[in-house]
Amino acid sequence: MASLPERAKVVIVGAGIVGNSMAWHLAKQGWRDMVLLEKGTLPNPGGSTGHASNFIFLTDHNKEMAAFTMDSALQYRELGVYHECGGIEVARTPERMEELKRRVASSKAWGIEGVRLLTPAEVKAMVPFINETIILGGFYTPGVGVVDSLQAGTLMRQAAQEMGALTSAAGVEVTGVDTESGRVTRVRTDHGDIDTEYLVIACGIWSPRIAKMAGASIPLIPAVHQMIDIGPVPMFANARTEVDYPIVRDMDTNMYERQHGNGFEVGSYAHRAILMDPDDIPSIEASALSPTMLPFTQDDFDPQLEDALELFPSIVGDEKVGVKLAINGLLSLTPDGNPIIGETPEVKNLWSVAAIWIKEAPGIARCVAEWMTHGTPEIDPHGSDIARFYDHHKTLQHIRARTTEGFNKTYGIVHPMEQWESNRPIRRSPAAVRHAELGAVAFEAAGWERPFWYGANEPLLAEYGDRVMPRAAEWDSRWWSPIINAEHLAMRDRAGLVDLSAFAIFDVTGPGALAALERLCVNKVDVRPGRTVYTPLLNAAGGILADLTIMRLAHDHFRVVTGGGMGMRDRKIFVDGLPKDGSAQLFDLTSAMTTFGLWGPRARDILGAATDGSADISHAGFPFLTSKTVDIDGVRTLASRISYVGELGWEIYVPMEQGLRVWDALWAAGQPHGMVPVGIGTYAVTSRLEKGYRAHGAELELDFNLVEAGMARPSLKDADFVGRGAYEAQRASDPVGILCTLTVDDPTSSNGVKRYMLGREPILTPDGRSIIDAKGRRSYVTSAGSGPSVGKHLLMTYLPPEHAVVGTKLVVEYFGEHYPVTVAIAGATPLFDPDNARIRA
Amino acid sequence: MRVLVCVKRVPQTGGRIVLTADGQEIDTKFLGFTISPHEECGIEEAVRIIEAGGGESTVLTLGASAAEEQLRDAMALGIDRAVLLETDGSEWDPVSTAAAIADTIRAQEAAGGTFDLVIFGNESADSGGFQVGIRVAVALGRPVVNGLKGLTVGSGSVTARREAPGGGWETYELPLPAIVGVKEGINLPRYPSVPGRLRAKKKEVERIPVGAAGSGPVGAAGSGPVGAAGSGPVGAAGSGPAASSGLPVGPIKALLRLPEESGSQVEILGRGAEAAPAVVDLLQKLGLVAR
Ligand SMILES: Cc1cc2nc3c(=O)[nH]c(=O)nc-3n(C[C@H](O)[C@H](O)[C@H](O)COP(=O)(O)OP(=O)(O)OC[C@H]3O[C@@H](n4cnc5c(N)ncnc54)[C@H](O)[C@@H]3O)c2cc1C
Repeated sequence: MASLPERAKVVIVGAGIVGNSMAWHLAKQGWRDMVLLEKGTLPNPGGSTGHASNFIFLTDHNKEMAAFTMDSALQYRELGVYHECGGIEVARTPERMEELKRRVASSKAWGIEGVRLLTPAEVKAMVPFINETIILGGFYTPGVGVVDSLQAGTLMRQAAQEMGALTSAAGVEVTGVDTESGRVTRVRTDHGDIDTEYLVIACGIWSPRIAKMAGASIPLIPAVHQMIDIGPVPMFANARTEVDYPIVRDMDTNMYERQHGNGFEVGSYAHRAILMDPDDIPSIEASALSPTMLPFTQDDFDPQLEDALELFPSIVGDEKVGVKLAINGLLSLTPDGNPIIGETPEVKNLWSVAAIWIKEAPGIARCVAEWMTHGTPEIDPHGSDIARFYDHHKTLQHIRARTTEGFNKTYGIVHPMEQWESNRPIRRSPAAVRHAELGAVAFEAAGWERPFWYGANEPLLAEYGDRVMPRAAEWDSRWWSPIINAEHLAMRDRAGLVDLSAFAIFDVTGPGALAALERLCVNKVDVRPGRTVYTPLLNAAGGILADLTIMRLAHDHFRVVTGGGMGMRDRKIFVDGLPKDGSAQLFDLTSAMTTFGLWGPRARDILGAATDGSADISHAGFPFLTSKTVDIDGVRTLASRISYVGELGWEIYVPMEQGLRVWDALWAAGQPHGMVPVGIGTYAVTSRLEKGYRAHGAELELDFNLVEAGMARPSLKDADFVGRGAYEAQRASDPVGILCTLTVDDPTSSNGVKRYMLGREPILTPDGRSIIDAKGRRSYVTSAGSGPSVGKHLLMTYLPPEHAVVGTKLVVEYFGEHYPVTVAIAGATPLFDPDNARIRA
Repeated sequence: MRVLVCVKRVPQTGGRIVLTADGQEIDTKFLGFTISPHEECGIEEAVRIIEAGGGESTVLTLGASAAEEQLRDAMALGIDRAVLLETDGSEWDPVSTAAAIADTIRAQEAAGGTFDLVIFGNESADSGGFQVGIRVAVALGRPVVNGLKGLTVGSGSVTARREAPGGGWETYELPLPAIVGVKEGINLPRYPSVPGRLRAKKKEVERIPVGAAGSGPVGAAGSGPVGAAGSGPVGAAGSGPAASSGLPVGPIKALLRLPEESGSQVEILGRGAEAAPAVVDLLQKLGLVAR
C-alpha cells in the first residue's frame, strides 16, 4: 500500500460496486483530490459485491428504483460489462399471473421496452430445462442481464485514477471520523489520518458503523440471503457464455435460478429473516470465505431445494450435479426497503450511499454525485433520501421489526396501499382514544396512526347508495372501503372533522427568518402577519422539491407546515437554508402541536359554536389564506383558513396535550350539524382529486416543473430564490407536458367486473401505444381515486400538449386490459366546483 | 461389504482463528462446522467401495447433538446410515473417544454383522491427536495403517498405499476386518447432490447418548464404562486420575495457544497480457498444466 495522502477533498470509504461507482461519477463531475479507502484487497475486497449473483431485472413498481436500475443497466452496457440474457418471472398461481400483468403495466409506465407475457410453452421454448407443467405463464423482459460487477468496479476506479482524480488505497481500515461544528474534518485509519472536507460512506453492510463514528445514523441492518451454486450441469457443458438462457425468478416461492457458466445458481428470499449486528460481522482474516459469506444454515434452505427441484427437475434432480457452493450471503435491509442516500442530517458533508444493490449502483452513484456537486440530480431521489427518517425509524427495534417483516416480500405481491404490521402503533394523535371509539381503520404515515376511514360511518353507505362507487374486484377494494366515499359525500353535504396529526410543523424565527424563507420559496413569503402562503420549493434546476404552507405569525415568526411523509426531508432543506450567522432559528414543533381539519358547508356554524361566538369567523373577518388565534373550550388554538379538500373550513393547530379536549369540543359542536369524522382516504385522495390538488411524490417531483404542473402564478416576486433562473426559462417556453385530470369512461372489464385503477398505470393512445413527451417522459397515472361528487373514477397524468386537450380519448392499462378515458381537465382548473365558490363561502 | 466411517464435527475456521475470552475454546459464534478434510475423503472412499462392490456404509460420530448435521452431510454424499454417540457437548480426549467408538462397534457388529472396513481420517482438523483410529484398532485387535493415499479392496483383504518418508510408496496388505486412516489426496470428494441432500434429510439418525467423557456406559452398547474398556490403563497417559473417579481422563487442557500465523504472501505476477508467461510458468510448476 502506498502511503496515504495527508489531506483530501473527498474520502470515499469502501470499494464495492458503490464506492467505485461514486469515485467515477464524482471524477466525471470534476471532483479532484479524492481518496478511496478499502480495508480489503482489490479487486474483490470481501464485501457483498464479491459474491453477488450479479443479475439485473429492470422492472420495479417504484418509479425511482426503476429509473436508477435502467440508468445502471445503460452504464454497465457502456462499460462493456453487461451481458443481456433476458429474464422471466414465472407464475405458479393465478394471483401471480395477475401480478405479472401489473408488472407489464409498470414496465410500460417507466419505459422498459419489449416486455410481454409468455405462455408456459413459450417459457419452455426459452428455458428448455424448466418444468413448464407447474407454471401458468411468465413475464419476459428482454433487457434483463448479468453484469461483471467486480470488473465494472475496477474499470470505474481505474478511469477515475487515470483522470488524475483519485488515489485508491487498499488494506486501509477507517477507524474513526472527526467532526467540528457539525462538519466532517478528518478520517482516522489504521494507516494514519486524512484531513478531508467530504466523507462518502459506501461501506455496504458496514455503513452504520462508519456513520456512528461521526455521530450520524444509517438505519440499515445486515441480513442473510441464501444462495447455492450447483454443477457441473451436463447440458451447460458447452456453455458459450456465462449465461445463455434467460434468468428465471420463481416468484411464488421467493426464489431465482440462473445458469452460471456450467453451473446453476439458486437463490432464495423465502427463508426466515436472519439479521446481524454490523459489529458482529467477522473480520476478513477470521472469515472462512469472506466477511459477507457466512456459514450456510442448511435447514433454512431445505424447503427451497424442494421448490427448485420441482421447477428444474432435470438439473436440480441430477444425482451427478453437486452443490459446489452454499452461502449465507450478507446484504443490507432497510426499514422501508429503499436505499439510504444523501447527506446525513446530523453531519454536514457526510454522505451516505448505502443499502444499494448492484442493479442500481451506478445509477444511484450518478445521482448522488450530481447532488453533491450542484444539488440537482436528474433522477429524483426523495424516496431514498437519508433525511426521510424520523428518530423512531433509527432505532434497532424498528429496523429489526420492519426488515423482518419486509424480507419475505422481496418477491411478494405488494399492494400499493399495503400496511406494515410490526412495531405499531408508534405515534398517536391525542384523539386516538376517540378514533378507536369510532372504529377508525388506521394507516401508518411517518409513524403516525392516521384514520383512513371510520367504521362508525358505515350507516352513511345506506344514505348514499351507489354514489359511494362500490368496488367488486378484491384487489381494487383491498385497503379500501366505500365508507371513504361516503365520508367524502357527507363532508361535502354537511361537514367533516379530520385528524391531521401527521403534519410536520416547524417554526422559523428571528431577524433573518424572512430573508431565508424568501430565498427558499417560489412564492412571496413577505406577506402581512396573519396571512398564509402556499408555495413550492425548487432546486437550482427548477425541479419541484416540495410544496408546503407557511403561516406568517409575526414579522419575524413563520410556521412551516408540510406533510408527514417528507417532513424530515423538508426540515433539512430549511435547516440547510438558515443563515450562517445564526440570525434565524428553526424549532420543530411536530411533536408539540396537533392539527385538526374542519371542512364542509357547515364548518362555520360548527366553529362558531365551538368558539362560542368569541371570534369573528365571517368570510370578511376571517378570509381565505389567513390565520388567527381562536379559543375553543378554554384552549388557545391557531385557526388557519385553508383547504385541501375544496370546502369552507379551517385547520386548527392545538398544543398536543390539549388536543383531545379540542377534538371533543369540535365533536360536540358538530353533532347538531351532522358532522362526521373523515379519514385520510377522503382528505388525501378523493376530495383532492376532485379539486385537482397536486401532491408531492405523485404529481410533484424533480422531473416536473411548475409550468407543466399548472402551478405557475401570473407574476414573479421580486426576491431571488433557489431555482429562479430555471423557472423563468420554463415560463418563457411552452411546456412539453401538461398535468391533466382524466375520467374513466367505462371501468367495465372484459368479464364484466368494474375495475378501478390505483395509480402508476400507463396512459396509452387508443391503439395502445405509449405516449412519450419531448423530454422522453411517458404518461402514467400520477394519482388515482374515486370522485364521488363527480361520479367518475379520476386519474391525473402529465400529457404532451397534443393530447392535453379536453375531450381527448385515450386508454389506461390495468391488469392487462385497456379502459377508455377522457381528458376532463388540462391544467389546474378543479373538476369539482371550478370557481372555488365553496372554499370562499 | 460393510464399511464404517468415523468423522468429527470441527469448526470451519478462516485464516485467523479466534479464541474465546477464557482461551479454552475456538470462538465459533460466526463459524460454520464441517467434517475434517481427511474424513471427507474417508466418506468418499466408503461411498465408492459400496458403489463398486455393494453392501452398506455407515457413518459414526461422537459429538454434541448438533453433530447430526455432519452425519446428514455424509448421508447426502451417499452413506447409507448414521450413528451419533451423543455427548453433552464437552470435549472428549482420544482415550475416551476411542473407547466409546470401540464399544459401539462391538455393539453394532453384534446386531448387524462385522464391519469389514473401518475408515478414519488421518487426524482431526481441530485437535489433531492422530490417536483415535489406532486406539480403536488396538481395542478391537484389528490391523491398522494410517496416512493412506490409496486403497484397493480385494477379496478378504485391502491393499493400502502411503507415501514413504523420503519418497516412494509403501504398500500394505491388510486382512479384513481392518482399520485404516486415510489422508487428503486419496480421492477428490464429490459435492452432495440436491436429491442426495433431500434423501439425507429424511433418514433416521441412530442416537446413542454417552453424556460426558468417562461418565458412564455407552447407551445401546451397554458394555461397560467408557474409558475403561480395553483402552489400557489410563494412568499411562501420565496425566490424570482414572476414569472411574469421574474426573477427566488423559491430558488436561490448560489453555489453547494459536499456531504462529504464517502470514500469506501475495506476489503480483504482472498486469494484463504481460502477466501471461509468468502465470503459465507457475501453473506448470504446480503441475496443473503440461509442459
Ligand atoms: C447472495 C447474494 C446475491 C446477490 N445477488 C445480487 C444480484 O444478482 N443483483 C444485485 O443487484 N444485487 C445482488 N446482491 C446484492 C449486492 O451484492 C449488494 O447489494 C451490493 O454488492 C452492495 O455493494 P456495496 O458496494 O454497497 O457494498 P460492498 O460490496 O459490501 O462494499 C463495501 C466495502 O466497504 C468496505 N469497508 C467496510 N468498512 C470499512 C472500513 N471501516 N474501512 C475501509 N473499508 C471498509 C468493505 O470491505 C467492502 O469492500 C446479492 C447479495 C447477496 C448476498
